[in-house]
Amino acid sequence: MKIRELKEILEAEILTDTSGLEIEVKMACGADLMSDVLSFTKARALLLTGLTNSQVIRTAEISDMKAICFVRGKKPPTETIDLAKEKNIPLLVTNLPMYESCGRLYQKGLPGCSEIEE
Amino acid sequence: MDAKEKISVIQELAYELKVGEVMKKEVITVSPNNLIADLREILRDNRISGTPVVDKGKLVGIISLEDFIKCLLDGEMEIPVSQKMTQSIQTLYEDEPLIHAINKFEKLNYGRFPVVARENGKLVGIITKGDIIHGLLQRLENEYYEEEIKRLRASHFFEDIIADESRIILQYNIVGNDFKRAGESSSRLKKTLTRLGIRPQVIRRLTIASYEAEMNIVIFTSQGKIITNIQPSQIKLSAIDSGPGIPDVEQAMQPGFSTAPDWIREMGFGAGMGLANIKKCADEFSINSKVGQGTQIEIIINLE
Repeated sequence: MKIRELKEILEAEILTDTSGLEIEVKMACGADLMSDVLSFTKARALLLTGLTNSQVIRTAEISDMKAICFVRGKKPPTETIDLAKEKNIPLLVTNLPMYESCGRLYQKGLPGCSEIEE
Repeated sequence: MDAKEKISVIQELAYELKVGEVMKKEVITVSPNNLIADLREILRDNRISGTPVVDKGKLVGIISLEDFIKCLLDGEMEIPVSQKMTQSIQTLYEDEPLIHAINKFEKLNYGRFPVVARENGKLVGIITKGDIIHGLLQRLENEYYEEEIKRLRASHFFEDIIADESRIILQYNIVGNDFKRAGESSSRLKKTLTRLGIRPQVIRRLTIASYEAEMNIVIFTSQGKIITNIQPSQIKLSAIDSGPGIPDVEQAMQPGFSTAPDWIREMGFGAGMGLANIKKCADEFSINSKVGQGTQIEIIINLE
């Protein structure tokens, strides 16, 4: 699914430049625990999280995630956005809570990390 | 590479390169009021065989060494350039592909073309066959070097090293309690491993382990280091810190067991998954810790 499409589904706002909208994600993962992300996610995934510190970007970078969407309308601090730009990881914000964000994407066919073979 | 391929590389470049990339940007110009006699020094001093004629910023003609020689033979040295210049000027746009310039040189057999900007028709440069050859050669040379550099750095790295044993050691020094910079070393390690042409799956396992280890050093200790020892058959990663050490290693290895302070948990870490995660990424794992002295974690990932 392209970021452009999931942006529509989540009624999200993009915080980085719009070239990121063409990036494709294979699956999604919702987590507020970065060790869980490191442990269970696979490459080319979207991360949905309520955390906004810059470690979220580092975690996404290390685990080869393609994009991050912050839920519950949480806007990250500038340093987080700057790091994401440096690492070419698109950032989105949705006002939807975590459960509903995941639900909408799942309903539209974006699978979870356990369903995809790497 | 056979002759046919060689031609196609040059042709490709001729389509890719723009006139503006190979033209001379510093253009010697003359005014229409300059005398033909003035041309001698201008052409000689600048070692050029022709120059655009510009009047109040506008390109009005072009005058060549050939025109000058004709005037010299006819004894017409004291007349203004405007009387002898070629007025129907053939120009090129700076954003045109080089192939257009090559075709124009072939078709018209001129020595040079003034280059103008498409938006305002202003003179921005001048191009000769020599500039085209120079531009193409330079691009070929650059591409050759890029190719060489890639060849040197990528997966052939070890194959190119002739030794009984070879290894690369990368060391990263970690500052404790500096949460802002935590993860930076693992990020740098990841970039370096990518450049070395290590397989992405291996890089991922290695850097996840390194990131968890780095976070532990930052959260619990005052300083430490992460050392990666890369050999053709395996990569060994060691995370070493100088204390405080883990009182009960077995307990610490249990997923979910944590002694992290609340502020670390709020950051999404310290949930007691780190050591278990590191072990999960490794083919071989060992941990050694002494209270008051420090902790040493070592993992091995096999490459073959």
